[in-house]
Amino acid sequence: MLGLPHRTERRAKRERVMSMNRRQFIKIAGLSTLFGLGGKGAFEILRPGMLDAAEHGHGAPALEEPAEPAIRWGMTIDVEKCAEPGVVDKCIKACHSVHNVPDFGDSKDQVKWLWQDDYEHTFAGNENQYMADHVKEFPFLCLCNHCDEPPCVRVCPTKATFRRPDGVVAMDYHRCIGCRFCMAACPFGARSFNWLDPRDALNEKEYNMEFPTRGRGVVEKCNFCVERLAKGLMPACVEAAPQALAFGNLADPDSNVRQILRKRPSMRRKLELGSEPSVFYLV
Amino acid sequence: MIEKALKGEPRYYMWLVFLLGIIGVGMGCWFYQLHKGLGITGMGRDISWGVYIAQFTFLVGVAASAVMIVIPLYLHNYKKYAKVVIFGEFLAIAAVTMCMLFIVVDIGQPQRMLNVLLHPTPNSILFYDMIVLAGYLLINIIVGYNCLLADAQHRPHPGWLKPFIWLSIPWAVSIHTVTAFLYAGLPGRHLWLTAVMAPRFLASAFASGPALLVLVLLIISRVSKFDPGRDALQTIAKTILYAMIINLFLVGMEVFTAFYSNIPGHMHPLQYLYAGLHGHGKLVAWMWTAAPFAAIGVILLLIPSARRHHGILAFACASIFLAAWIDKGIGLVIGGFIPNPFHRIIEYSATFPEISITLAIWAIGALILTVLHKVAIAVREEEASTT
Amino acid sequence: MYDAWKILVGLAIFVGLFTFAFWMNAGKAAPVPEVKIDTPEIKKMPEPERKCVEDKHFMRTTHMQLINDWRDMALREGNREYVNKRGEKYVVSLQNTCMKCHSNKKEFCDQCHNYTGVSPYCWDCHIEPKEEPKGNES
Repeated sequence: MLGLPHRTERRAKRERVMSMNRRQFIKIAGLSTLFGLGGKGAFEILRPGMLDAAEHGHGAPALEEPAEPAIRWGMTIDVEKCAEPGVVDKCIKACHSVHNVPDFGDSKDQVKWLWQDDYEHTFAGNENQYMADHVKEFPFLCLCNHCDEPPCVRVCPTKATFRRPDGVVAMDYHRCIGCRFCMAACPFGARSFNWLDPRDALNEKEYNMEFPTRGRGVVEKCNFCVERLAKGLMPACVEAAPQALAFGNLADPDSNVRQILRKRPSMRRKLELGSEPSVFYLV
Repeated sequence: MIEKALKGEPRYYMWLVFLLGIIGVGMGCWFYQLHKGLGITGMGRDISWGVYIAQFTFLVGVAASAVMIVIPLYLHNYKKYAKVVIFGEFLAIAAVTMCMLFIVVDIGQPQRMLNVLLHPTPNSILFYDMIVLAGYLLINIIVGYNCLLADAQHRPHPGWLKPFIWLSIPWAVSIHTVTAFLYAGLPGRHLWLTAVMAPRFLASAFASGPALLVLVLLIISRVSKFDPGRDALQTIAKTILYAMIINLFLVGMEVFTAFYSNIPGHMHPLQYLYAGLHGHGKLVAWMWTAAPFAAIGVILLLIPSARRHHGILAFACASIFLAAWIDKGIGLVIGGFIPNPFHRIIEYSATFPEISITLAIWAIGALILTVLHKVAIAVREEEASTT
Repeated sequence: MYDAWKILVGLAIFVGLFTFAFWMNAGKAAPVPEVKIDTPEIKKMPEPERKCVEDKHFMRTTHMQLINDWRDMALREGNREYVNKRGEKYVVSLQNTCMKCHSNKKEFCDQCHNYTGVSPYCWDCHIEPKEEPKGNES
């Protein structure tokens, strides 16, 4: 689709590529909007009919996607199973070690992808009075919700954070300018900024050599283990506690997660904000 | 023309050296921040924007407020502003420059800043903010420089400037509206999620910016032969008064909506700011400093005889400027992050390097303002001596 | 009357500062880069199959653009498979493909980067391979 093998060479030789690729298309569309041509007008000139397709999708990456995405990755978290001893710690450790997440302790500079909180705080604003005692005491695993309508993606000025067609809200650490607008926009507190050099809070001997660290001055968060999904593996946390966590395709009515959700009552965080989280808590 | 900034009395040079000293200390702290990371500030995972972005927000307002001089002069032909408009435009230039510097020191990867233009993202408000701020700076440089040049050469202002001046009016409104949208469009931050954010921003801007201008003009009239004119100052004072009253009215709207609806999320940040929440209340003293100053400023400006006294006018303007600065330059931005998305209260206080850098940028603004105003004063004094 | 000496002193200072880089490095010959490709992983390959993802000339001139494109492919487009001009497939990864063979950053990457005075920020985040202690080399 993208003519990948020779793309680099082509660009190096500065050959003129007559057809417009997606990036150029979005750039032109964006610039036309800026110069007052009007977004819709520009779209119509460039690619008639394209806008209607995009409007029914989910944000920018949907330009090339069909109206109903084939994949939307999601997760279910069985909070009761998480209460079994060691489960939560095992998940957090698996995630943080596989992604070289620095440990700044419980300080203002802390970075976290996956962490634990309680019912009252995880569901702050929606917490039920007189909730069953055991639910109140269960540990709730918190992570990026990989929202279907992610506010962080909406505000990012450089497309450093973006929603992939499979629903994963990804980060491009090479492009992030560290403005932290996404942190202000995220209603779930899922994003961490590298206030200091993360390598100072990592043990060099425990590096996962197959995954990078991040640099100072960029925002990071859970990536739903896209690097593992690409190899056909489950996310690290799910692999660490398959009895408690399940991961699958929310867009497929027959997927494991959809089957679970059909049978068990679940909760999601801050639904009133319309961001449509893809992480479901089973209670 | 700029050579006029080089001839001054010893106290002028001492003032510049003083500012350069503050800038020097701040530069040192900034290099330290570049070396270590933003962890040296008081910001953290929960309060992820602090005093830098708050200053940015406040100063966008100061920049926009030049329009309060431009509208009466150019749309209503209020001639008494003809002599002072240049000082408002130069204040806007200094303020926009400070805004840009506050962004530079706030972001984690300043060397990648042009990614905003390299990967234009029309769905991000920050993208528009960059465009409108750069445009506003340009407009004010073009208009300010050419008007003053014409004055210095005793020519009428060139006619081609008119469209730029008219453009500057909606453009000034746009810079502060877009800045308000940075906040007002975020889900889950209840203090900011309000439709009156942009109107309130404009109202507080049109109070604080002209208040600063009055203070600057009063200082200029003491240290130079330039006289801004009693009527001009009195009219600006009335603008400040009405803008501040509208601002306080809009604050009242916020308080009513939050507390009468009784929605906890909407009440919490206001409770934190004005009363403290769950035993945390670092900003309470600040907010209750701002409130009486706002009230005193408004009352003094309301009384014509008080307003006409330059000493009292200066005090009233300083009070209003301080009140608006605390409200927007501290309370609004930091209060928006409290409580955090987990309803926990994590407080913020700026660190020494952070304050030094902030002061240095204010000093850079003061330096730009001093130099530009020095040139303008020289031109005005020449005019006064020839006529 | 026109402060000629002030202008001349100013000019001298300007020229001095402007050419600072030349004064600073005068007389110091930078060593010619010596790029080594004798890592254990490369040695394992039989001589005729000892090839990089693209040919040597291409890699020398264009590796930075290839790496840039790989970055966007893997991270932004989710495409982690690269098919080269020979039709061979590679996993798109700096750490897991490039650096698996070129595990000697100091003797490979740094040689030319230092010589040309560029400092790419790849290794601010990507972890460079732990290099074998010296002495194993014959």
